[in-house]
Amino acid sequence: MAKPRLAVFKFASCDGCQLSVLSLEEDLLILDEAVDIAYFPEASSNMQPGPYDVALVEGSISTPEHIHQIAAIREQSKVLITIGACATAGGIQALRNWADADHFTKVVYTNPEYIESLSTSTPVSEHVKVDFELWGCPIDKAQLRHVLSDLLAGVMPRLPGQSLCLECKRQGHACVLVAKGEPCLGPVTRTGCGAICPAMGKACYSCFGPADLSFPHDREQANAASLAERFTTGLMMSEDEIRRRFQLIYSYMSPFKEIGRRDEEQER
Amino acid sequence: MSSRTIHVDMVARVEGEGALNVELEGDAIRHVQLNIFEPPRFFEAFLQGRHFSEVPDIVARICGICPVAYQMSAVHAFEKLFDVGIDPEVRRLRRLLYCGEWIESHALHIYLLHAPDFLGFDSALEISRTAPDVVKRGLRLKKVGDAILKTLGGRAVHPVSVCVGGFSRVPSKQALTKLLDDLHWARDAAVETVHWVAGLEFPDFDLPYTFAALKHGEEYPFNEGNIAVSGPDDDVLIPVAGFEQHFEEHQVAHSNALQCHYHGKPYFVGPLARLNINHGRLHPLAASTLAIAGLALPLTNPFHSIVARAVELLEAVVEAIDIIEGYTPPDRAAADFKVRAGECMAATEAPRGVLYHRYVVDADGLVKEAKIVPPTSQNQTRIEEDIRVLLPSVIDRDNAEVAHACERVIRCYDPCISCATHFLRLTMSRH
Repeated sequence: MAKPRLAVFKFASCDGCQLSVLSLEEDLLILDEAVDIAYFPEASSNMQPGPYDVALVEGSISTPEHIHQIAAIREQSKVLITIGACATAGGIQALRNWADADHFTKVVYTNPEYIESLSTSTPVSEHVKVDFELWGCPIDKAQLRHVLSDLLAGVMPRLPGQSLCLECKRQGHACVLVAKGEPCLGPVTRTGCGAICPAMGKACYSCFGPADLSFPHDREQANAASLAERFTTGLMMSEDEIRRRFQLIYSYMSPFKEIGRRDEEQER
Repeated sequence: MSSRTIHVDMVARVEGEGALNVELEGDAIRHVQLNIFEPPRFFEAFLQGRHFSEVPDIVARICGICPVAYQMSAVHAFEKLFDVGIDPEVRRLRRLLYCGEWIESHALHIYLLHAPDFLGFDSALEISRTAPDVVKRGLRLKKVGDAILKTLGGRAVHPVSVCVGGFSRVPSKQALTKLLDDLHWARDAAVETVHWVAGLEFPDFDLPYTFAALKHGEEYPFNEGNIAVSGPDDDVLIPVAGFEQHFEEHQVAHSNALQCHYHGKPYFVGPLARLNINHGRLHPLAASTLAIAGLALPLTNPFHSIVARAVELLEAVVEAIDIIEGYTPPDRAAADFKVRAGECMAATEAPRGVLYHRYVVDADGLVKEAKIVPPTSQNQTRIEEDIRVLLPSVIDRDNAEVAHACERVIRCYDPCISCATHFLRLTMSRH
């Protein structure tokens, strides 16, 4: 039987998630035996055309050309997996979705007319069907291994979406929110990073995005509004401080999106 | 005159996406344009209005390969403005964190991205089919760098502990000591790496380059120093605060990255520049290993960058060992300071070269203005000039070979296009 064909694509991103593929270390050589790495420009000059069995997509859709490219990738790929916050949720550069993008271009470039960019940075799922999403900024290598092993075994992967607090408590860290009074986003953040910020004595800034509490029941969102309320009444944070806290890497994802916009809602 | 056009979709084994555009009319070169099409991400714009304390975690996201460099240039800038006294042990830990990044980034480039060019392969995975031990050594070296980053910062990509004033938490002596066995292995592996790459076959390509790198009184530069620019006689020393008076960024239509010049001319940053300017400050083991390898300094052939990178890999490993062996945890992970309004600049040595940051902050600590000059935008024009020099010698070959020769020059610079956009589909037309 022919080996499954794997492709790795990049859109707007920092390269950190596909670097996680190269950082699989000895497992990279095992992966190379198990699959045919057909397209991975960062690793190889030999770029083979599709179709592919599995496409890993890094980066957000942020130029007019991207929209056509992602559609072509979808057509050529049996399974399409987004890797990381940019591809899955628009990434940190989705902050421009809330700003005057023309202004943004002028801040960085003296001749904005040379720059071809969409006014928004959007998740891949807004353009094509995505079969599985890997969260994280960056993704966690253990989760990537898990997902690739599942796919090679012929099963659709499944990863936990529960709140980071469970992992943090299991590791026995003092609660950063309760004990230190810092605006920890752990209660509303998806597990997966390994609770590294609380382990470092720091408040979680949600690099894994909003928790998804839907499994095993219906889709249920983390209660970000309640946590924001706690920041207001308990930590005396200003509306702008709260907005900045929720509007960082996942500014374009519900329910963080709504927290970021609620001052505007009130004005209306 | 004969007319041909070549399109190669993307230059491989670089970080990020771009293109090279070469136009020839007969034997005359019309244009050489390094065309960075990696989309802009507008970091300097969305930093405005953010609190200085948020900046290290934001700027890390510019680059997944050198996030520590971005965090370091940022915190050093703010610490100058707020006049923060950094504990000497915390300062050493920051050097250790930087060692981790240099080790993982240099091992990645030497073994996975660059070596295939010298050995005639498309990828390191192909090398591993005939020489698995070489590739395994590279992957394990990378892992040693990643382990340092993980111990100090929680993870290798976008570590989380760096903050203005120090770290959110510092490691125990025991946690660092655990790294020593692997680092001792890495020291031998890095020496072998220097000898291995020094024995590769290099094209003749020596040019009278202008090099720029940080230079520090006693240390091989990571975090501090003046910017030294190589001259015909002595190096010119420029304080970091004067960077923008000497180095200017320009926008060109063919690239999403701004190009940076030194008094209107291209210059060269990165391992080759650093080694030429700072070889006198190498650790004795790195200096003697380089001497045995038999290359005379200064190195003026960009293909020797792989050797410079290997020497720096060794330098980072031995420095990491020294720091860990001498480590006593500081009393406090971060120093106290008072926020004040003003403008601040800092430059540190990212794996790929000088990384300059400037911020203007208000009395509340909110960023009003941010400017970031990454190494790849500084090397961009230098790469274009190198390709102009290369072309006449390869012009008689077929298009695929010309393209491959150009790509090889580009990869010597280890361009990080993700950083610079603010790299590579290759188009070549012959008229």
